[in-house]
Amino acid sequence: MKATPRVSRPVSWPRLLLHILLILIVVCFMGVFLLLPLATVFVEALRSGVHAFMQAIAQREALSSMRLTLFVAAIAVPLNLIFGVAAAWAMTRFEFRGKALLGTFIDLPFSVSPVISGLLYVLLFGAQGWFGPWLDQHGVRIIFAVPSLVLVTIFITLPFVARELIPLMQAQGSDEEEAARVLGASAWQMFFRVTLPNIRWALLYGVLLCKARAMGEFGAVSVVSGHIRGLTTTMPREVEMRYNEYDYVGAFAVASLLALLALLTLAVKTLLEWRYGDQIAQHTPAGH
Amino acid sequence: MQRRRVLPGFGLSLGYVVTYLGLIVLLPLAALAWKASGVGLHQLLQLLSSPRTLAALRLSFGGALVAAVFNAVIGLLVAWVMTRYRFPGRRLLDAFIDLPFALPTAVAGIALTAIYAPNGWLGQWLVPLGIQIAYTPLGVMMAMVFVGFPFVVRTLQPVLEAMDRDVEEAAASLGATRLQTFMRVILPMLMPALLTGFALALARAVGEYGSVIFIAGNIPMHSEIAPLLIVEKLEQVDYAGAAALGVVMLCFSFVLLIVIARLQRWSGRWAERSA
Repeated sequence: MKATPRVSRPVSWPRLLLHILLILIVVCFMGVFLLLPLATVFVEALRSGVHAFMQAIAQREALSSMRLTLFVAAIAVPLNLIFGVAAAWAMTRFEFRGKALLGTFIDLPFSVSPVISGLLYVLLFGAQGWFGPWLDQHGVRIIFAVPSLVLVTIFITLPFVARELIPLMQAQGSDEEEAARVLGASAWQMFFRVTLPNIRWALLYGVLLCKARAMGEFGAVSVVSGHIRGLTTTMPREVEMRYNEYDYVGAFAVASLLALLALLTLAVKTLLEWRYGDQIAQHTPAGH
Repeated sequence: MQRRRVLPGFGLSLGYVVTYLGLIVLLPLAALAWKASGVGLHQLLQLLSSPRTLAALRLSFGGALVAAVFNAVIGLLVAWVMTRYRFPGRRLLDAFIDLPFALPTAVAGIALTAIYAPNGWLGQWLVPLGIQIAYTPLGVMMAMVFVGFPFVVRTLQPVLEAMDRDVEEAAASLGATRLQTFMRVILPMLMPALLTGFALALARAVGEYGSVIFIAGNIPMHSEIAPLLIVEKLEQVDYAGAAALGVVMLCFSFVLLIVIARLQRWSGRWAERSA
């Protein structure tokens, strides 16, 4: 029997009109709801010209917020990368009791509101929190200081790499790794020569999403950061502060940098999906 | 275990994972449970039954529900058009579906406000028509639609792509109209994924903060969301009040998390059976 081509099936006129109508609805919806906000960011940032834009992003506060954002991401992302690989290894290569529960806890930060994540850490380290009095006595500041920004960012982005790797490593199975071991490879040889090459694109994909989220986090960071400008202000917080001070060009200028980052993330992500789609697991989207 | 394990690193990886999770996730959760248990049930209910708190909870949950329903409908349409029809610019548009995931929420928030504020891009045309979006519950829902949009589309797309067209053709050849085929054959097959996407969008919208607070205007009793109330309570150093609200929202997240896990298992079985 010959396979029937699907796309070129003759379509009746009313059906074709319906198709066009549906496509138009989708294009209009996405245009107004997704692309218009994106365009707004760039247009508003350049409203007073390129010079004003450059001035706005070269201000000391802007530069220090960029440094802080990069610093926080530079700690949180590698830690969650190592965690993700370890979690995927334990979850997909071994059977143990409580595995499902462990999976639930790995996913948990995705379903917690960013504000609640911040609240959790305030209750842990804040003045009236669990460790608050002890920390105070020893002169250690966590809340309203950089360590809390790092901690909440780690919490928020914890599942990204693990979620990317677990379905993929599950699907790949452990035959190649077992073969490597039987042939005499040491544990680390097996990991670096067999496991890592097999998961590299999914790993990159997970790190990409993790990094994007780490640099853009707002809710959790605003709860724990206090309002110490220049010290605990990350880029999204700098956007908020400028906006609340009616410095719209300044706010949108910093926002446009974050939007550029988002576009770059989307581009690399799409590229990875097109080129290495088979080496990136099919999965449902993440929560917060 | 009978067989000796060939693969190394069980103790190391599991130990590391459990310790890390314990420190980063469980310890803070325990702190919340401790704080909330110190409050006591009676006082907890009292904290939660103030009119302002109730209004904020109603807006957060009600608004999120409306936004998730809207996203389920438009998401189904977008997923359908993206998988079934071919048109110029489709792949580019498809890549932009994930924009709300990639764009920091504060950026989305100020952009939406610039569009729908009374002197904004669209606001200046809509407000004279009597449609006020910014600084109203409608604006809150608009932001919730934005952040929840990708969930339904991205959970439906793989299911739609994998769906066997034979069933549709069988339905058609047995005399079903297009609408009947859609309602009785296609929609039931999509239902598990659709509900999963709906629940994910709902969970996201309930807890959303960054993109909402700018467009909401945060008028107490009118357009103030529950997460913002938590932030305000923390700023007034009212830890007990913040913890009480936090517990309510966290419980809701847990319930949704369990529901989502069930739904995903259901859709997994569904996919196996139809494969």
